[in-house]
Amino acid sequence: MNKNTNLIKRITQMIFDSKVTILFLLLFISAAIISGKSLTFIIPELFTRIARNGFLILSLIIPILAGMGLNFGIVIGAMAAQISLFITIYWGLTGISGFLITALLALPIAAFLGTLVGRLFNQMKGSEMIGGLVLGYFADGFYWLLFLFVFGGVIALDNSKLMIASDASAYNPVSINTAVRCVAVFCLALTLLLAAVRKAKHLAVPVKTLAVKCGLAVFVLVLTFIPQLEPFLSHSTVTNGIGVKNSIDLMGIYKYALDTVPMIKIAEYGFYIYIIIRLVSLVMKMIYRQKINWKSIVIKTAIVCGAYALTFIPAVDEFMRRDKVYLITVVDVLLPFTFGWQAAKWFNARFIEKKSWNWHRAVLPVAGAAVVYLVSFIPAVYKAFQLTQIPVMTYLCIGGVCLLNNGLMKTKLGQDMRTVGQDRTVANAAGIDVDKTRIIAMVFSTVLAAWGQLIYLQNLGTMQTFGHTMVAQYAIAALLVGGASVNKATNRQALLGVFLFHALFVVAAPAIKVLLGGDAGAIEEYFRAFVSYGVIALALALHAWKKKAAK
Amino acid sequence: MEKTEYVLKMDNIAKQYYGNRVLKGVDLSIKPGEIHALMGENGAGKSTLMNILFGMPVIHSTGGFEGTVEIMGQPANIDSPTKAMEYGIGMVHQEFMLIPGFTVAENIKIGREITTPNLLSRIIGPTLETLDFEAMSRDARKALKTIGLQIEDYIKVAGLPVGYMQFIEIAREIDKTGIKLLVFDEPTAVLAESEAERLLEAMRVIADQGIAIIFITHRLDEVMAVADSMTVLRDGEFVARKEVKDTSVVDIAELMIGRKVEKLVEEEYEDNRVLSDENVAIQLRDYKVDMQGERVRGIDLDIRRGEILGIGGLAGQGKLGIPNGIMGLYPAAGTVTVNGQVLNLDKLGEALRHKIAFVSEDRRGVGLLLEESIEQNIVFSALQTNDRFMKKVVWMQFYDHKSASRHANDMIGQLDIRCRSSRQSVGRLSGGNQQKVCLARALTLEPEILFVSEPTRGIDIGAKKLVLELLTKLNRETGMTIIIVSSELVELRSIADRIAIVSDGRLACILKPDDSDANFGLAMSGAWKKGGEEES
Amino acid sequence: MTESITNSRVFKGLAKFGLPRIIIAAFFLLLLFGTAVLDLGVTSALGNCISRWGMYGILALAMVPSVQCGVGLNFGISLGITTGLLGGLISIQLDIANNPALVAISPTFAVLAAFLAAILMACFFAAVLGYFYGLLLNQVKGSEMTVTTYIGFSMIAFMNIMWTVLPFKSGTLIYPNAGRGIRNQVSLDSSYKGAISNILKFKIGSMTVSTGLILFFLFMCLIVWLFMRSKTGLAMSAVGANPMFARAAGINTNKMRLIGTMFSTVLAAVGIITYSQEYGFFQMYNAPQMMGFISAAAVLIGGASPKRATIFNVLLGTFLFQGIMALGLPVANQLFPGTSLSEILRILISNGIILYALAQTKGGSSRE
Repeated sequence: MNKNTNLIKRITQMIFDSKVTILFLLLFISAAIISGKSLTFIIPELFTRIARNGFLILSLIIPILAGMGLNFGIVIGAMAAQISLFITIYWGLTGISGFLITALLALPIAAFLGTLVGRLFNQMKGSEMIGGLVLGYFADGFYWLLFLFVFGGVIALDNSKLMIASDASAYNPVSINTAVRCVAVFCLALTLLLAAVRKAKHLAVPVKTLAVKCGLAVFVLVLTFIPQLEPFLSHSTVTNGIGVKNSIDLMGIYKYALDTVPMIKIAEYGFYIYIIIRLVSLVMKMIYRQKINWKSIVIKTAIVCGAYALTFIPAVDEFMRRDKVYLITVVDVLLPFTFGWQAAKWFNARFIEKKSWNWHRAVLPVAGAAVVYLVSFIPAVYKAFQLTQIPVMTYLCIGGVCLLNNGLMKTKLGQDMRTVGQDRTVANAAGIDVDKTRIIAMVFSTVLAAWGQLIYLQNLGTMQTFGHTMVAQYAIAALLVGGASVNKATNRQALLGVFLFHALFVVAAPAIKVLLGGDAGAIEEYFRAFVSYGVIALALALHAWKKKAAK
Repeated sequence: MEKTEYVLKMDNIAKQYYGNRVLKGVDLSIKPGEIHALMGENGAGKSTLMNILFGMPVIHSTGGFEGTVEIMGQPANIDSPTKAMEYGIGMVHQEFMLIPGFTVAENIKIGREITTPNLLSRIIGPTLETLDFEAMSRDARKALKTIGLQIEDYIKVAGLPVGYMQFIEIAREIDKTGIKLLVFDEPTAVLAESEAERLLEAMRVIADQGIAIIFITHRLDEVMAVADSMTVLRDGEFVARKEVKDTSVVDIAELMIGRKVEKLVEEEYEDNRVLSDENVAIQLRDYKVDMQGERVRGIDLDIRRGEILGIGGLAGQGKLGIPNGIMGLYPAAGTVTVNGQVLNLDKLGEALRHKIAFVSEDRRGVGLLLEESIEQNIVFSALQTNDRFMKKVVWMQFYDHKSASRHANDMIGQLDIRCRSSRQSVGRLSGGNQQKVCLARALTLEPEILFVSEPTRGIDIGAKKLVLELLTKLNRETGMTIIIVSSELVELRSIADRIAIVSDGRLACILKPDDSDANFGLAMSGAWKKGGEEES
Repeated sequence: MTESITNSRVFKGLAKFGLPRIIIAAFFLLLLFGTAVLDLGVTSALGNCISRWGMYGILALAMVPSVQCGVGLNFGISLGITTGLLGGLISIQLDIANNPALVAISPTFAVLAAFLAAILMACFFAAVLGYFYGLLLNQVKGSEMTVTTYIGFSMIAFMNIMWTVLPFKSGTLIYPNAGRGIRNQVSLDSSYKGAISNILKFKIGSMTVSTGLILFFLFMCLIVWLFMRSKTGLAMSAVGANPMFARAAGINTNKMRLIGTMFSTVLAAVGIITYSQEYGFFQMYNAPQMMGFISAAAVLIGGASPKRATIFNVLLGTFLFQGIMALGLPVANQLFPGTSLSEILRILISNGIILYALAQTKGGSSRE
């Protein structure tokens, strides 16, 4: 008797906890039916959207774990991405190499902005969410200033493809060189001034950070004098227009840059990177006289070499030259692969590392893969899967972020973030630097958001210079739909959220067309906005209500 | 004397906060493996002494302290909690520093997680080292075993009973390497009886391992049960250090209360009152209040009309909950009858409508609108409850500044509130004057029954006398029933007709002001065996 | 010497006022100076300032009840605004301004009647919606700001869909050529444009003063002021200042918050109609989205905080903020033609002051 009622209680509790997800699922199913669109339309569209948006949504997880709630400030990461994108396009870079350089350039920009955001959030603990929202709008102002005014207006830029043509005779803009020099000198002066003020107030002067800041400013200043860097910092004061165009076409530059990386390249570079890491870690372990598990290393390296050797077989080589796989292939391979993976883990546990292995945990993934495999036999599904293409590199990147999120939580830093997220007072009493940990969490999130935005843009093919305002809302809404909440989020929820959220919008447009007849037009956009805002409002209200009830 | 090595020796410790001496030459000495009880009333100086021991910032930012501290015979300079930890001093707090969402092992190892370096950590920094969950689990199990708690280290702390949580706190402290001294601050306050017993057993186990324990408590029976020796503090002064086997409960109680001859109220007012047990103003039956930290667990009490009743007891025992429940600030249950009518405890403002006024113990938090003027604070309650100080304009009523100002100035004169004008903002006044404003507001309601909580807390001696004299005057001249809830026995014994002592949320007994100190001590310490009876 | 300066009352008062506000006030004066120097017509610019002050004033006023009752800055006044728009649209649909019976009395009377009808309907819808909104807010104490923002956004998005499908028939409202839904901007030319603005309107040189508008704004301020001095108003302020104190005085906290929210919503509804009749258009769809932030920014600039707001804050803040907007556009266009600098300015100022106010609350010390 008791066991049954307990079970029913647990199930009802589970359903209640995931009410947002279930609601969305129902909405999706009904919209799908109304729209009358077939799976062959929905599924390929859906997987494209997942590739496009997945990374961005995963960047939201770390701040949630660190107790900073839903990071409405990821729009700043998107801005960092667009700034670096603009710069590399201006420099004339293209292709996957240019894309990687853009990502590399976005890193320091996003990291710096992330520290600013983190420090601001530390001033408003408890109001981070509304703060992030307002900060997004505020940063927008600076972004507009930069893109509409500084670029071309204050700094001379000569590129008719990027800039809005206008009569530039109104005033004399400065060259980038001069601008950079001014900024460097200004920063130097400001740092020294603040230090002097602190000295006058008899406050401690942090000499080390001071030295670093001054050194950085001087370094940048010196850079502007190096002749080799001249093409990048043009001296000319000829400007081709003030302000950046509203939309920049990425075709031929970065469109599909990441999506079209062939698998053979991935395998090649992956192999090289693995070997290098193994060697370096081996050397490190020898230097620090740590225990080296030779057996494990030899077996693992052998497997990797074997796998790489396989790619030299002509048939495999031909397959690997492609950059996309069909979904049906993935599904076909999924079941044996999952099984093999679990078997490998068992092997590793039994023979190599000699620790216990819980086979219960293997059941779910294998069962899941089996179910998917069986489902793919349904004709409609089979046809849809046959048509869907998966860009391998992009999906690998998404997988990489998932691993990063998990891996980070296994480190001391991750544990500190979790502690800070659970209870700041306890964390402080335990000796953790609460402020610093929160800033680091913000930096991670902003950098990942920047890269996520880059992935999004390369797939979309056009950069809407001022179209990033809804980035945070859509990403957060998607995460919430997946079942996450203000203080808990997992990779699984993020991926589920991307899936459901975008599934709904794939079918929403045609469904609305059917319901209202004629062109849906603006209604589709309003509907999407309403759903996003509504989901967020609902999640926030529920969270606040729970918080109040707990008091 | 032989050279006994003390784990801790604090000599002649003195501390003052802005001229107010809270510790006046206190000695504390603890041997290794000894369980030493630290006893005293509220305000005796126990918390300050512990703050000094822990190097808390509040000590050092207010001028440090005098006296010496020695750990294991060596002089020690403890200027921060981290330093205290390094010296091997740990503390089990009253409010648990646990994270419910983490496992037991994670909580035990919080901030001191065991890690192994990996490739990234060598390049970037030690914060990226991998957590060694196995090693942490091992340590946790060891600590749990030491204190005899049988739970798995991988379950989450959320939902565990309070007793278990306390044990996890203890486990965390003894897991710290080099722990020599553990301080327990009122550990049994939140525990059920069986849990308290287990705790005392665990304390014995820990002490037997050579870790000394400072046990802060007011429960005399616990002290007799488990402590080896004790120190009694009173009013910041060192009273006595005794071996438990050489003393008794009554002895300790007397030491804690001490002998105070000072009479606070000098004026003698004509006393024409007729107090009888039949003429009851408020009757409490099975009265309970759910107030965090001051829970009332069932009180039967009759408050006679026209009397001054004192309600005393140690902090956290429930005396402050009594008036807060009647006024509706916290959820209350049971039967409260006012002048024969049953009071609806769920309806806000009912007490006010029955002509009961209340001066809260929390002046700044509950008693005042700090940004508003003296005038607005004084007239507020009467304005809302009795519709006074309002001017009628057509069909609406608006604030009548003139009459309010007149009344406020009247009150300022009567209570001698030191201020620039009635329009001055209340937040700027001194504590004493703020208290007078609260009192003025209560009196403006023209109540028949007045509850005053901690009326002279944080007030200088001159203002203290004035407040107490005013209350006595009101009682004698207007027949107002006054109930004073206070932790200062001296003032209760000065003006109250009877004093009810509340211990552990229940009425311990009702005493007369001139009853023996020992009786008061026993009643407050929960060692009073008979409940609710009067001693003549 | 420096000490005597820093200890003086003036310095302390300025310090309390806050550096950003001083910067904004100085900026306003700078723009005024710039207008004069660039010879852009100081009088007409001032006239512009004043009329914008009247236009946005009541919307900013809507912040006062919600802040005072403890709900904080009501970013969700979009609810009040959309109900206001609804009332306004219905008044146009019913074509009260051109009702022959009313026109017979006098055309201005008809226009005023239409305006009044719009306000009454708006108030009714706003009160109902505000009631439910207030109930919701009582359940989310402590997180009102975030929740109100998103409820506001959701409401606007929802009404966007409604504007497209609701059965409005009047020609002025819907798109011609059998287009879908209400126009982006609904003209008030044929109904009650300038209903109160035109009352006692006068010109001094190039400055036009819409006396009626200012009087109406001040009248609404008076109503709020009177309410704040009534028994309920005083109780409501106490709840916002110290909820425990209010409870001790027998005041029902939830009821007061409900009253404050409803009042705020109704004021927002009245505010948008006032704004629109001066502007001449109802701005539909996503236009009201930023109104919450603009109104909050205005009171914050005037010296309010998320916990306390007075009518003086409204008067000063709206004037400074809208003044900068009014003066900024021509100056910016003169100095940097072809750029939307004034829009950027609005974004930076309004959001910046809100961030400043939030950072002042400093939830938890740095050791926490």
